[in-house]
Amino acid sequence: MDALLPSLLFYVFAGAVIGSAAFTAFTSNLVHAAFSLLFTFFGLACLYLYLGADFVGLSQIVIYVGGILVLLLFGVMFTGHLSASVVKQTLNFKTGLVLLIVLFVLMLPVAFRTAWPVAQAADLPQTKSTISEIANLLLTQYLLPFEVASLLLLVALIGAVVIARGEQKEDETDAETPAA
Amino acid sequence: MAIGIEHYLVVSIVLFLLGVFIIVTRRNGIRVLMGVELILNAASLNFVAFNRFLPNAALEGHIFAIFIIILAAAEAVIALAIVLAIYQQFSTVHLDEISNMKH
Repeated sequence: MDALLPSLLFYVFAGAVIGSAAFTAFTSNLVHAAFSLLFTFFGLACLYLYLGADFVGLSQIVIYVGGILVLLLFGVMFTGHLSASVVKQTLNFKTGLVLLIVLFVLMLPVAFRTAWPVAQAADLPQTKSTISEIANLLLTQYLLPFEVASLLLLVALIGAVVIARGEQKEDETDAETPAA
Repeated sequence: MAIGIEHYLVVSIVLFLLGVFIIVTRRNGIRVLMGVELILNAASLNFVAFNRFLPNAALEGHIFAIFIIILAAAEAVIALAIVLAIYQQFSTVHLDEISNMKH
């Protein structure tokens, strides 16, 4: 009975993740797809917490739900009228479906037939917080990737501004040239 | 039945395949971005699950998941900027209609 409730919890989270991801894949409404992605990200955060990864789970909520999803919704709203249901939304739908099923049948045995060297302690619940150990790793062993990631974020920030605004600037100079 | 690593791998496989399905079938660039996010999430779920179940000394799987989240954020920003630039240029976000080098 004690072991039943945690596994039930896992199935609820996994069902939420897979169900909402499938809804994202199959719905024709883009706004619904974006909001369904919200449940996928939240469900994944719950799975991370279930795995004892508290810091990853919380970053998942903050960055994916708070950042990336809002960005996607912004993009959806910005290009809104094209997502109307009269526009053809899909291409190669049947080919994609066949690919989905064939790849699933091919990949499923990999998960079940591989002899994973599972550690014995895996079934014990983790109560220790991972945050201090992650902080230690990020500032010692993984310091260089950490700094490179910060540089990457800066480049992405500037690059996004340049790419999204570049065309407008050209129009302004075009408009100014005949007047001058 | 206790939750083992196979359960997480199945969730991850399904997420990955749904992402591939979205990328293959959808015309809308923003929808394709959603598919990419699903694939990145599947990979990072695998890393965290392996870190939990396989014997290892430190939290390398968590570190990788965090870097995947960072990369996903940077990727989403750049890809969305590209989609908006395409929308300004071509007045469409349908990827199959964008075949000109210059409009």
